[in-house]
Amino acid sequence: MSAGRSRAGDRLDALRAEGHAALIGYLPVGFPDVAGSVAAATAMVEAGVDIIELGIAYSDPVMDGPVIQHAVERALEGGVRVRDVFGAVEGIAATGAPVLVMSYFNPVLRYGVDAFARDLASAGGAGLITPDLIPDEAGEWIAAADAHDLDRVFLVAPSSSPERLASTAAASRGFVYAASTMGVTGERTSLGERAAELVTATRQAGAARVCVGLGVSTAGQAAQVAGYADGVIVGSAFVRPMLEASSPAQGLEAVAAVARDLSAGVRGADRAEARTR
Amino acid sequence: MDQPDRSLADSLATLEGPYFGDFGGRFVPEALIAALDELDTEYSKAKVDPGFTDELQRLHRTYTGRPSIITEVPRFAREAGGARIILKREDLNHTGSHKINNVLGQALLTKRIGKTRVIAETGAGQHGVATATAAALFDLDCVIYMGEEDTRRQALNVARMRLLGAEVIPVTTGSRTLKDAINEALRDWVTNVETTNYVFGTVAGPHPFPAMVRDLQRIIGEEARAQVLDLVGRLPDAVAACVGGGSNAIGIFHAFLDDAGVRLIGLEAGGDGVETGRHAATITAGAPGVLHGARSYLLQDEDGQTVESHSISAGLDYPGVGPEHSWLSSIHRAEYRPITDAQAMDAFKILCRTEGIIPAIESAHALAGAIDLGRELGPDAVILVNLSGRGDKDVETAARWFDLLDHDVAEKVAEIPGEQK
Ligand SMILES: Cc1ncc(COP(=O)(O)O)c(C=O)c1O
Repeated sequence: MSAGRSRAGDRLDALRAEGHAALIGYLPVGFPDVAGSVAAATAMVEAGVDIIELGIAYSDPVMDGPVIQHAVERALEGGVRVRDVFGAVEGIAATGAPVLVMSYFNPVLRYGVDAFARDLASAGGAGLITPDLIPDEAGEWIAAADAHDLDRVFLVAPSSSPERLASTAAASRGFVYAASTMGVTGERTSLGERAAELVTATRQAGAARVCVGLGVSTAGQAAQVAGYADGVIVGSAFVRPMLEASSPAQGLEAVAAVARDLSAGVRGADRAEARTR
Repeated sequence: MDQPDRSLADSLATLEGPYFGDFGGRFVPEALIAALDELDTEYSKAKVDPGFTDELQRLHRTYTGRPSIITEVPRFAREAGGARIILKREDLNHTGSHKINNVLGQALLTKRIGKTRVIAETGAGQHGVATATAAALFDLDCVIYMGEEDTRRQALNVARMRLLGAEVIPVTTGSRTLKDAINEALRDWVTNVETTNYVFGTVAGPHPFPAMVRDLQRIIGEEARAQVLDLVGRLPDAVAACVGGGSNAIGIFHAFLDDAGVRLIGLEAGGDGVETGRHAATITAGAPGVLHGARSYLLQDEDGQTVESHSISAGLDYPGVGPEHSWLSSIHRAEYRPITDAQAMDAFKILCRTEGIIPAIESAHALAGAIDLGRELGPDAVILVNLSGRGDKDVETAARWFDLLDHDVAEKVAEIPGEQK
């Protein structure tokens, strides 16, 4: 993992020093509208989310399950633009929480990879999570992230070979995103055993920090993952109550309630495993 | 036409991927990389293993019906300025199109890898039918993803797939057409990759699909080149094929890539006309970007969102195109032109009436291209056209287009959403 100051990495380290894992919450920008997504992310931070993952709505989200697909479809129908992400990042970063942007690659490519990195950095963004960009194809993005001092979060999966774990860990900055199971985003009743094994293997492959996402939706699951990972990434469980909300105000309340619940789970975790590693 | 740039290699036909010039690659979730690596490795071994190649050849001879014949169509050619027009009859293959060439290879590979379930996307239904057929033949579980819109306009093919024992899942997200079916198939694959092989239907997608599907379709051009030489005594002046993702086109082009005197013309779906924005002319009107795992031309807006394509032909209604076509276009070795719905349907009707052959509407785009080419090149020209499929699946669409149904029925049919005219 490259050195350099990492906003997300610093936050994970600070929380670790306090004995916690981080709660990382995902929302797509522009859902229900741009201001509404900033308000929701702000409410999440106030209710205990440590790092925000702000998604860019994309027409072909192959890593996302039905809940997030619906939210991004609604964001696109509402006319959200890629450039709206920068104002939203600025607004959310004002809370003090690091903001990572999650984007499929084509919107970034179309914007211009270096221009995107430049504008993300000047908006105060921490970096970029790239679900369909592997380090092997990411030369342009890696250079741009270096030039603009941004985190780059690549993914590993239970199917990743030891060689790929090592090359992905080496190319990442901030943390490595470990997919808990083979699959897409969405709430699951149980998390695979493989998540803990994958975190261990990714650390052995050289990653300083590993956060786990895909399928985490309950406080119990969050506590379980917080027991061995540096961060717990939750998406659909935040987005679903917003999809079901009867009003924007009720949506904010519901999102804050989810954040409080998950945060209690993360903070109450038995960190024995993490401490002794 | 500019001279092709041959600086890259002595032969243009040797690229094995992942890259074709600036195009291709693997822009997919990490979770799929292991499966793509496995496919790549197993395919590399299989393609030089007589146990695999002989079996595929045997299947083609005894099941597909290969070699497919060529047919010269002089009455049709009168519409084309009197040029000699020769059809490569992929429509006569078992299941009715070129798609079976690819599917049998990938099904054999699935067996070699030891997986028990195949999934596929389909637009017109031809690739889905071919995959369901191979799954029945090889005793594999089979799930086909098809945009809900396409399940309506190709309802007969949905029934065919179900008869063959496949589960057909209508996809209700996004534009509800082929691109969304691919998204859904990719999601299934990420989740079930341990048991499941993705039998991709065209020369797009992440490596190794563009190179592997091309290799499996190359037989079209290899046969046709020899057949035309035999019939005419020389190579054709031009080869025409329709381009959806580009598999039938690359299949017939490849044997001619190094024949510098043979023009290669890909016909894209021009829909209502490129100027209307309602079309699927990806190379003609798109821009380079990343979709479904590869860098290639695609129809996108200024934010990089995929733009919905439009075509009367479900099989060409795709906003992307295979990376090797983007490369062949960029080095000026192949040309890509749009054909409107109306031009395609005119050519469709002419072939029916002059030669007694009902083509797939996809293939009718190639026929329309050949009419234009014949008029440009004159009566001495020889034009080879890939007749990629037959029109049985399109009879309802054509009947509505030409208003051939009795009035009551026509009104009933008109209520089916997703089709105008
Ligand atoms: C008969 C026929 N031709 C052409 C196509 C387009 O695919 P490709 O461009 O991969 O040949 C299809 C796709 O469904 C088809 O059914």
